[in-house]
Amino acid sequence: MLDLLHGAWAAVMDFDYWSEIGTGTLDTLIMSGLSLLFTVLIGLPVGTVLFLTGWGHRSPRPGVAAVQAWTYRIVSFVVNVLRSVPFLILLILLIPATRWLVGTSLGVQGAIPPLVIAAAPFFARLVENLLREVDGGVLEACRAMGATTRQTVFWALIPEAFSGLLAAITVTAIALVGYSAMSGVIGGGGLGDLAVRYGYQRFNTPVMIVTVAILVVLVQFIQWAGDRCVARLSHR
Amino acid sequence: MIRIQQVDKTYRTRTGEFQALHGIDLDVSKGEVFGIIGRSGAGKSSLLRLINLLERPTAGRIFIEDDDVTHLDGEPLRRLRQRVGIIFQHFNLLHSRTVEENVRFPLRVARNLSKTDQARRVAEVLELVNISDQAKKYPGSLSGGQRQRVGIARALANRPQVLLCDEATSALDPETTQSILRLLLEINARLGLTIVLITHTMDVIRTVADRVAVLDHGRIVESGKLIDVFLNARHEVTRALLSESGIAADRSASAARGAGHVLRLTYQGETVQSPLLTRISRELGMDFSIVEASVGKLKDTPYGQLTLELSRQEEPRFRQLLAALESNAVRYEVLQ
Repeated sequence: MLDLLHGAWAAVMDFDYWSEIGTGTLDTLIMSGLSLLFTVLIGLPVGTVLFLTGWGHRSPRPGVAAVQAWTYRIVSFVVNVLRSVPFLILLILLIPATRWLVGTSLGVQGAIPPLVIAAAPFFARLVENLLREVDGGVLEACRAMGATTRQTVFWALIPEAFSGLLAAITVTAIALVGYSAMSGVIGGGGLGDLAVRYGYQRFNTPVMIVTVAILVVLVQFIQWAGDRCVARLSHR
Repeated sequence: MIRIQQVDKTYRTRTGEFQALHGIDLDVSKGEVFGIIGRSGAGKSSLLRLINLLERPTAGRIFIEDDDVTHLDGEPLRRLRQRVGIIFQHFNLLHSRTVEENVRFPLRVARNLSKTDQARRVAEVLELVNISDQAKKYPGSLSGGQRQRVGIARALANRPQVLLCDEATSALDPETTQSILRLLLEINARLGLTIVLITHTMDVIRTVADRVAVLDHGRIVESGKLIDVFLNARHEVTRALLSESGIAADRSASAARGAGHVLRLTYQGETVQSPLLTRISRELGMDFSIVEASVGKLKDTPYGQLTLELSRQEEPRFRQLLAALESNAVRYEVLQ
C-alpha cells in the first residue's frame, strides 16, 4: 500500500508537463468562457425572435403574421442547418471565415468563432423552448396592461425564464468545454490540443489521463455552480 | 360607460369556423357591477376580452365612454388598456418579481410617474387591498386569496375606469371568495369603479352584481337587474343555474299535492321584514300551506319567494287574497 502511494508520488514528481497543462487549462477556460459569452449574446436574441415569431404569437393582422411566419422559417432553417453540421466538419469549413474574422484559424483565438457558431444555434433553441414554458397567462396580463413587446420581453418574459436560462447556460457551457477540446484536432489550443499532441500523436498516456481528469473536474464544477445559481434564483 | 353593439366573434380553427359570440348587445353604466354568467364554453371569456381588445370582434362595435375603440391599435390601444384593469382566475402574477414589483409593473409600462411617485402609488394600492405586509415577498409564497389581492392591486395601480374580472374567484375556496368579493364591492363603492365580471356560479353574481346578463351558446338569453333576473328567470339556462346554486325556489309546482290553487309570491325590499302572510291570513280568516320557500338577500336587497297551496274550501276567498297581495306590493303568479 505504502509502496503504491510512494510510486504514485514519484510519478507525479517525475511528470514534466505540469506547466503545459496549466497553460492548456487556462486556454480551455478562456476559449469556453469567451465563446459562452458570445453564444449567449447571439443565442438569446435569436431564441427570443424564434419565440416571438413562432406559433401562438402571430399577430391577428395578416400582413404582420406573414412577416412573422417568414422570419420564423428563415431563422429556424439557418439554425437547423448549423446544428446539423458535425462540429469537426464545421471547424474545417469555417477556417477561411475564421481567418478573416480574427486573423488566424489557430490557437485560442481561432477556436472561438467556430465554437460560437456551433453553440449559438443550440442555445437559441434552448431559449425558444424555455420561453414557451413561460406561463401564457403572464404574457396575456402584460398585453392587458398595455405593455409593448419590448417591455414584455425584458420585464416579464426573460425574468420569468431566468432560472431556466441559467440552467441552459450551464448545459451550453459544458457542451462548449467538450467542443473546445475537439477543436484541438485542428490546432485549437487548450487541453484538447495537449491530449491530441501528446496522448494521440506521441502515445503519452499520462498526459491524456491528466487532461481528461481536469476536464471531468471542470465539467463537475460548472454543473455544480450552475445548479446553485438556479436554486438561489428560483422563486416558485 | 361600456357599450357593445351587435358584436360577433368567430374563431378560425383547423377544422373550420367556430362562432363564439352572436349579435351581442350590452350596456354597462358607470359605477355599476355588471355580472355575466354562463356555463363554460358559453363565450364569457371572449366577451370579457372584447372590452380591452385582447380579442377583436369579427363584426360590431365597442365603445368605452363614447369613444369607438373597435379598431384601436398601437399606442392608442396600449393607452386604452392602461385605463382598463383586469384580474384573472389564475392571477397571472410574475413569479420572478416581488409583490411590490408586480404592482409597479403597470406603472413602469405607463411611464407617467417618477420613481418615487411610483413607489408611493404602489404602497397606496397595497394598502387599499390590505396586503402591505406582504410587499417584499414573492407571489410563490402567498396564498390564493393574497395573490388575488396582489392581482387587484396591480389592476388598480393606473387608476383605471373599468375593472374586468375573469373568473376571479373560481380558483379560491368559498371563504376566500367571499372576502375577495367584499373587497371588490368596497373598491366599487369607494372609487366608483365600474366592474364587469364573468363567472359560472350564481353565488358570485348574487353577492356583487347590480345587473346581470346570462350567456348561452354565444348569445345573451336574459339580462336585467339582478333581482328581476333572479326572481323571474325566464330562460331555462338561468333557471338551471339558479336551482344548481339552490337560491331560488323551483318554478314547477311539483311539490303541491292537492287540487286547490297554487300561488307563487315574490316580494322584495322592506316587505320581507313585515309579518305579511300571517296578517293576511288572519284578516281573511284563510289557511294555506307553504309548499316551498326561499328568503334571502340579493346583493343588498332582501327578497322572499314562496309557493302557497290553498285548500278547496278556501276557493271563495281566492279573489280577496289576490287583492290583498296586490295592495301589499307582492308579485304573484297563479301556477295552478
